[in-house]
Amino acid sequence: MELIQNLGLGFATAFSVANLAYCLIGVFLGTAIGVLPGLGPVATIAMLLPVTFGLSPETALIMLAGIFYGAQYGGSTTAILVNLPGESSSVVTAIDGYQMARQGHAGKALATAAIGSFIAGTVATVVIALIAPALAEVALAFGPREYFSLMVLGLVASVVLASGSLLHAVGMIVLGLLLGLIGTDVNSGVMRYTFGRDEMADGISFVVVAMGMFGIGEILSNLESEASRSILARKVEGLMPTRADLRRIMAPVARGTGIGSLLGILPGGGAMLASFAAYALEKKVSRTPERFGHGAIEGVAGPESANNAAAQTSFIPMLTLGIPSNPTMALMIGAMIMQGIQPGPGVISDQPALFWGLIVSMWIGNVMLLVLNLPLIGLWVRMIGIPYHFLYPCIIFFCVIGVFSINNATFDIWLMALFGVAGYILRKLDCEPAPLLLGFVLGPMLEEHLRRAMLISKGDPTGFLTSPISATLLALAVALLISILLPAIRSKREEAFQEED
Amino acid sequence: MKSTYQTKDFWAGCVYVAIGLAAILIAQDYKMGTAARMGAGYFPRVLSGLLMLIGLASILRAFLQPGERVERIQLRPMLLIVGSTLIFAASVRYLGTVIAVPLMGLLAASASRMFRITVPALVGLALLTAFCTIVFQMGLGVPLPILGSLFGG
Repeated sequence: MELIQNLGLGFATAFSVANLAYCLIGVFLGTAIGVLPGLGPVATIAMLLPVTFGLSPETALIMLAGIFYGAQYGGSTTAILVNLPGESSSVVTAIDGYQMARQGHAGKALATAAIGSFIAGTVATVVIALIAPALAEVALAFGPREYFSLMVLGLVASVVLASGSLLHAVGMIVLGLLLGLIGTDVNSGVMRYTFGRDEMADGISFVVVAMGMFGIGEILSNLESEASRSILARKVEGLMPTRADLRRIMAPVARGTGIGSLLGILPGGGAMLASFAAYALEKKVSRTPERFGHGAIEGVAGPESANNAAAQTSFIPMLTLGIPSNPTMALMIGAMIMQGIQPGPGVISDQPALFWGLIVSMWIGNVMLLVLNLPLIGLWVRMIGIPYHFLYPCIIFFCVIGVFSINNATFDIWLMALFGVAGYILRKLDCEPAPLLLGFVLGPMLEEHLRRAMLISKGDPTGFLTSPISATLLALAVALLISILLPAIRSKREEAFQEED
Repeated sequence: MKSTYQTKDFWAGCVYVAIGLAAILIAQDYKMGTAARMGAGYFPRVLSGLLMLIGLASILRAFLQPGERVERIQLRPMLLIVGSTLIFAASVRYLGTVIAVPLMGLLAASASRMFRITVPALVGLALLTAFCTIVFQMGLGVPLPILGSLFGG
């Protein structure tokens, strides 16, 4: 009955007035910014991260998690109402959700998304509570070799499961790893790639990289395709789904939750992959697949449940292994390090209040989303209506102030501008910045574990193969790499991502 | 053959090779160490070498199967947006946020094709400045002067 005891601790932490309040603020702000088209969860979290610096670690992570699923939900609202997904995981929601809205069922689509997300979130929370402690137990036995191999597997998986060119994804990861090395080398005290600037002695803050690449860089890309948006429904009505609707969405919600929970745990997985997979599955099992693309309610229920479930379960590798499976989790890791917490299997045993409080607050956050968002839909609709040319100067302002407040240094603003230009140009060359951020966060850890592992094996690289766990992980990584080079699987992968365009 | 030099693969490869080359040259100053006791320069050299290889592969691919061309890079919005943040960074201590924030906002907004100086836009700019003063400077205590040193702030 340890679980109940732990959950009790979680409830005690999450139900403190401050944590409830910050969870609410997080969910609210996350949704408010998430509904703005062109702003995904990564940019939202990066922008709001400096707000959490002064909070205690538990409160900060609870608020950030709230921002995360708030932004996720906000993105779906935008996808349904204006066919402009704010983030990649609601791309598929836009397909049928927008059609439903055009047929006058915007309310029903939004309610379906909310209910599906809530059920998925609840189930995923239970999954985390059950699996994470067990996984952390296993991970405690990991040495530097196992960690190194695990990170390699994680990076390889994130390449395979990402969309776009494989070669460039690998290139961006290596570039990110290199950028992560900037700063003082912990072993020798040598300053690497600092160009003699004291400001860079502690390395570049990942907030600077994230805001430059995802904040400024995205604005520059968005400005090229500036078009006026038309919102379908100024007034959203019929929010309450009928009993027949509920019966129709139950099975898709259950399937979506299952797929999402599973894919969220995988390294490199996460919300986007889950929503694509769920949509494909719904289309396959449906007796009337021709309705998909023309406003099928299952096409909203399945992917929306899946992306919320995956968003939650992607916390599992982050909390138990200290390894981010996607850029959002990379930001979470960064936030933990900034709060002075070493991510890894020790978090659950060293910071039980933080871990269990976070888990319980995830569920509370989902309840808040459900009761807050449907009544507030009028507000969200008005926020979507803000024209982009009013919006982006404000985003720039928040990025600049946010980056400044990390170290109170204007130097960081210069760096952010540099990453903004780099992000824009790299996007032009089809090099997506998401893998770069993963590499950037993992770089220092990867080097540290490599050094320790090689020290233990006295410079013999076969040490990675003689440890059974490490060998298995590396074998998986190689198998993944080979599998995507095979033409058959390669074309399947391209097929899976083609609906994005 | 001419179009090869305009493809995304070609230029992305060049970027990788250039960065990898720069990184490996700088890393010459860091101790290499041995495989068992890696110095500060070991991992950077491995990564830079890898990045250059990836870059060469990308360039090779551009020649073997020329892909998409690079779309036009819009210089004007880039200069205005990036410039607005840089001007803020350079001037905020001197001018204070009361002037530097609207200056940045105006400059950034002018990058848009929809840019017009209208009453709602100016009201929005004033609100943003007030928001900055009240929330960030008074509320969160971000150490930026409201009035800069130019005005004795």
